[in-house]
Amino acid sequence: MPATPPIAVDRLVKIYKTIPAVDGISFTLSPGSITGLLGGNGAGKTTTIATIMGLVMPTSGRVTVLGAEMPSERYRVLHRMNFESPYIEVPMRLTVRQNLTVFGKLYGVNDLRERIAELGHELDLTDLLDRPTGRLSAGQKTRVSLAKALINDPAVLLLDEPTASLDPDTADWVRGHLERYCRDRHATVLLASHNMAEVERLCERVIIMKRGRIEDDDAPAKLLARYGRRTLEEVFLDVARGNGLETEAAQ
Amino acid sequence: MTSRIESARSFPSPVRGSLQRIGAMMLRYWYLLRSSWPRLLDLVYWPTVQMVTWGFLQYYIASNAGFFARAGGTFIGAVLLWDILFRGQLGFSISFLEEMWSRNLGNLMMSPLRPFEFIAALMVMSLVRLAIGAVPVTFLAIAFFGFNLYGLGFALVAFFFNLMLTSWAIGIFVSGLILRNGMGAENLAWSIMFLFMPLTCVYYPVTTLPVWLQPVAWVLPPTYVFEGMRTLLIQHVFRPDLMIDALALNAVMFAAAVFAFLKLLQSARRHGSLMQTGE
Repeated sequence: MPATPPIAVDRLVKIYKTIPAVDGISFTLSPGSITGLLGGNGAGKTTTIATIMGLVMPTSGRVTVLGAEMPSERYRVLHRMNFESPYIEVPMRLTVRQNLTVFGKLYGVNDLRERIAELGHELDLTDLLDRPTGRLSAGQKTRVSLAKALINDPAVLLLDEPTASLDPDTADWVRGHLERYCRDRHATVLLASHNMAEVERLCERVIIMKRGRIEDDDAPAKLLARYGRRTLEEVFLDVARGNGLETEAAQ
Repeated sequence: MTSRIESARSFPSPVRGSLQRIGAMMLRYWYLLRSSWPRLLDLVYWPTVQMVTWGFLQYYIASNAGFFARAGGTFIGAVLLWDILFRGQLGFSISFLEEMWSRNLGNLMMSPLRPFEFIAALMVMSLVRLAIGAVPVTFLAIAFFGFNLYGLGFALVAFFFNLMLTSWAIGIFVSGLILRNGMGAENLAWSIMFLFMPLTCVYYPVTTLPVWLQPVAWVLPPTYVFEGMRTLLIQHVFRPDLMIDALALNAVMFAAAVFAFLKLLQSARRHGSLMQTGE
């Protein structure tokens, strides 16, 4: 009997009033994989991630996470998942330690004090633990959001543009940490990003979305070969501008 | 490491887990209150100003009119009980709004926190906020005007319990509306209770209202509390029947508010409103 996939999306449709945000997409992620979700603004990436987290109810289709149907069975698995997004913040008036304590308790983490110290060490936050989150720099705040996302050692991690608005050094540092986390914990990661270099470095598989549909889905190297391009950014531009495989085939 | 991951994945018993999450939310609001002295000052400021203003008015009227001299404390008692109702709802709604203001709602909605645990934490925090704001004011009422709210004894417990139930019901309903409609509905949190002020007859008997409006007043649980308070202070009679009627109406109102909240939350999930917590 095959193992339950960490994330399975089956013919997912989400329509807001009359506008389809996600239009019949299907994919399955394998355990311990890092998958990139690419697409321009309005491609449906955030809606897809929010549906996987149980924050949005699908119009039709199915989403299961670790075997639980979302959103109806979400409380079976939410303590084994987590996410990070620059669009959702942790409370700014609370110190880093207070925030991590609150979220640690919400996620039912045992040995919380020890876990916070460990995350402080891993994410270079030890000296910042007792400072109000709102007084930190953008890069430091991102590391705090990442610490919040990792507080429960999630088996499934959803990241929505985790390095947006970070300087190259901090962004590289965050990517390195994510790589190590996934390798060490065998966690499954779905990463939505506009940063092609990031996706190329981290992801073993890339799903490209456009207008709510999956335009392509493959390993980065295979995508590069198929589109005859040197970078994923060029592939992305081909897909976004409609210069994809159909155009080439027609030529 | 493995043992912690495993223990984190095998969540504690449902009741223990719920209590832990409610405790986590209360801790979050306590940290917030503790971090900001203007927030703490705000809790005491308005109840004090209102109590002092109405206290002096009562003092003036009582010294000039025989009836009011007999009805000692009705105004100031009404002010203090109104504050329980108003501050109870506001305490609930403000704690909820803090999540909207800090853009933290998405974190909570994607965490294992259940809606009823969120509501329970907000209810407890409204009590905490009320205690911080109203208890010192009740002592000031004794010091300034010789009005001892605690002198109402068991009646005060009945009044308080009924008023808190109403305030929570309204707080829950308003929070649901904000969840569904975003910060555009924020004003309701500040103003909705003032719709209840004339209808629940805080400062005057129900018979003062036009006859056609009186049935509306009697549908609202606080009306029974304010009538009960006046009966107690003027005629020195405690009316348990009024409190039981208020309790029955409150049970209906509270259940309806929770139902509405869950429906609005479901609607917010359908419309994607939880992803956009701004206007």
